[in-house]
Amino acid sequence: MESKPLDDIPINTVDSPSVVLELIYQLKIKDVMTTAVVTANKTDTMRHVQALMRENYITGLPVTDDRQLLGIVSIEDIIMALDQGCIECAAGERMTQNVIVLEDDMPLSFAISYLNKYRYGRFPVLNKKKELVGILTSKDVINTLLVEMNREVLRLEKLHQKEGKAPDHYSEMEFTTVKFDFELAGRASTEIKKALKNRSIDPKIIRRVAIASYELEINQVVHSLGGTISCSIQPDKVVIVAADIGPGIPDLNLALQEGWSTANEWIRSLGFGAGMGLANTKRVSDEFFIESNVGTGTTVRSVVFINSPKEDAGA
Amino acid sequence: MTIREAASSLGAEIVQAEFEDADLEGAYTSDLLSDVMANAKDGGALVTIQAHKNTVAVATLVDIACIIVCNNRPLPEDMLEAARDEGIAVLLTKENQYTVSGKLYKLLNHGAAG
Repeated sequence: MESKPLDDIPINTVDSPSVVLELIYQLKIKDVMTTAVVTANKTDTMRHVQALMRENYITGLPVTDDRQLLGIVSIEDIIMALDQGCIECAAGERMTQNVIVLEDDMPLSFAISYLNKYRYGRFPVLNKKKELVGILTSKDVINTLLVEMNREVLRLEKLHQKEGKAPDHYSEMEFTTVKFDFELAGRASTEIKKALKNRSIDPKIIRRVAIASYELEINQVVHSLGGTISCSIQPDKVVIVAADIGPGIPDLNLALQEGWSTANEWIRSLGFGAGMGLANTKRVSDEFFIESNVGTGTTVRSVVFINSPKEDAGA
Repeated sequence: MTIREAASSLGAEIVQAEFEDADLEGAYTSDLLSDVMANAKDGGALVTIQAHKNTVAVATLVDIACIIVCNNRPLPEDMLEAARDEGIAVLLTKENQYTVSGKLYKLLNHGAAG
């Protein structure tokens, strides 16, 4: 074939995606074909055949004798008959013989190659006993394939969602902190650490993430009106975002200075408020970002790369 | 030197006894939890007077094996419960951080040398 006509079925039967190849080799012609076949007898006139075509919206009609295929009458044969004044002739005389047929047990891939190889709009389908059992058009192939592909894509999508929760993929966690609730403080960091441990991440990296998440969590409990700690574990990094609802930090430079703290005596007596929180977090982070507005709150983003060579100052 | 051996040498009471009696890798003395986070040693002991649940959280996060609470500070039940969940030993002693640190320093360094 010199050029690919536009009405080819655009599926390569050799190197398509394996999902598609599986479909076209598993589906049989009999799963795809139309079984309610309109047929004509060899003694029917071409005019009768033409009427059958019009009534049934079809463009080709097999001519049979007791389920044995004799030939096929296509629109072209009708036009030729009209042109040559033979519309009253018997179908048996005007039909195309030596018809290319498909077998009902063949895989669908055969139908696709036949449809693309021969320029016929339809192929009669025979069973082992050479009886006509159906007819197959490109429309049948396309409809069945779309239905099957939809089913398959849906299945893969569900599978993908399940895998998304498994290790080595993204996972997201979020925790809420409450002002002065030291009971719950440390919960977010503990959960984050467990999640990282489950993935067998380098203990040095885990320690750095644990330090960052704990400091940020305690900061929210001690200094903010409450907020959230979220952790996103990605294939190459762990991102901790601590966002609180206020009151905000008036002087960020001061807050980042080690030893500078606004914590009261009571908080200090618990072992917090040493003024090391943000400095510690910054030190263990590969990327550190802080934004604060008085009245609206503070957001801190700490990123630790999973394969980062940075040494933990405490390890 | 294991945790139980250290406890007996220090004359400290083992208050939370559900832990793996591993060798102590060292010790750190501090009452500032941020400082502990930053500087404590993996598999070591923490000498402190901070006797509350958050101490356990910090210990868990930096893999501290044993918390030694000084000055006979009262130990809240929720702290011991958290330590039990995490398998962290909790020891209690009437001595202060200075004395415990000094003794521990000798014990661990002597153990390493001999």
